[in-house]
Amino acid sequence: MPVEYLKETPSQTAGPYVHIGTLPGHAGLPIRQNETLNVIEAPGEKIVIEGIVIDGSGAPVKDAMLELYQADSKGRVGANTLWARAGTIFETGEWRFDTIRPGALEWRGGKMQAPHLTLLVFARGINMHLHTRMYFPEDEAAHATDPALNRVEQVHRRRTLIAEKVKDGHYRFIIRLQGENETVFFDM
Amino acid sequence: MTTSPSAADARRPDFMKRDRSWHPPAYTPGYKTSVLRSPKCALLSLDQGPGEKTGPTFRADMLHELDNDLISNFASATGSTGLAIGERIIVHGRVLDEAGRPVPNTLIEIWQANAGGRYRHKKDTYLAPLDPNFGGCGRCMTDENGYYFFRTIKPGAYPWPNHGSDWRPAHIHFSIFGEAFAQRLISQLYFEGDPLIPLCPIVHTIADERAVQQLVAKLDMGEMRPFDCLAYRFDIVLRGRQQTFFENKREGM
Ligand SMILES: [Fe+3]
Repeated sequence: MPVEYLKETPSQTAGPYVHIGTLPGHAGLPIRQNETLNVIEAPGEKIVIEGIVIDGSGAPVKDAMLELYQADSKGRVGANTLWARAGTIFETGEWRFDTIRPGALEWRGGKMQAPHLTLLVFARGINMHLHTRMYFPEDEAAHATDPALNRVEQVHRRRTLIAEKVKDGHYRFIIRLQGENETVFFDM
Repeated sequence: MTTSPSAADARRPDFMKRDRSWHPPAYTPGYKTSVLRSPKCALLSLDQGPGEKTGPTFRADMLHELDNDLISNFASATGSTGLAIGERIIVHGRVLDEAGRPVPNTLIEIWQANAGGRYRHKKDTYLAPLDPNFGGCGRCMTDENGYYFFRTIKPGAYPWPNHGSDWRPAHIHFSIFGEAFAQRLISQLYFEGDPLIPLCPIVHTIADERAVQQLVAKLDMGEMRPFDCLAYRFDIVLRGRQQTFFENKREGM
């Protein structure tokens, strides 16, 4: 019998007050203040990822919420899977995750992907969350065969997915929503 | 907060492609904030790998028993026995995938303004007062049949600067995880009969009126609690997995 498919519920912007429901302590609510959702505790090399989201006028997006999902240090998402969430500092737009360096994750057909983090961006004015990836600058050899980076036809745009190393274990990742050097966003 | 999804999830069929024409496009000038926050380059289509076909999972025991009761959860957390002011309502429904299968044990988070249309958020300065007994933050897990349930108050409409003072219809923001990061979704619930729905530039970021109707919760007198609260029904549909045959057989088995 043919299946009658339902339509996916349409997305709507998360709005400026997304933090109430997702990071209530960040919004200023006196509840769940012991939750530090932007910190991942897991075996592996501790790293810091910090950054900012920039709009089409070059201004920081100060009301965003970001989610991170990644493989563990052995490159596994089937076990010990890692997820985190961060709000931007309302005055500056800066966000930060304390996590561990992911291992290389398998791809389809037994191929490998370069180590990366998946990031989702939610904010006022973003009608449907944006999905991007952050790669590490020192993994150049793995980047050459990474299936996602290789799908980016304009070679200069691949750089928008690679973080800048600030110092050992500390990376900075600028997400540009629009304009010159617009970050690559995925439909997966 | 996370637990491990099954490694088998990564080997299950891919999710169907998102119908992006059903969702609002990124650039919607009627909603002015989208103008500078919309990417201009096309999204990059890519097959799903294990990092997209799995996602964070949550357990019911990570939640507090009052997390889905916005009428009492804020006061209770601050040591009060007070109740939120407003029209008392139940919001309930099921989370299904596009093939109509329930999505069990998935986390739903909601947030909303109080009955006067004011959010309890550092950045909200609307002149309506805060309700000392209302936080506007709730969450729950779907049960094994994909069913969920919140008790709350009906939020008020509020003005926002867009074309001068536009007004948001009463709405509740919803966040749903699903079984995989590919299903992640944030949206809003509106209320049947609200005359502000057709006037709202954010609602109108969605082009198809049938898609808008999917966001309108229906008054559900069958579930109202006599002398207590009204009920609204709101079913949520997440992306389904590709499936060509053996509909009655669980995929991947
Ligand atoms: Fe809102």
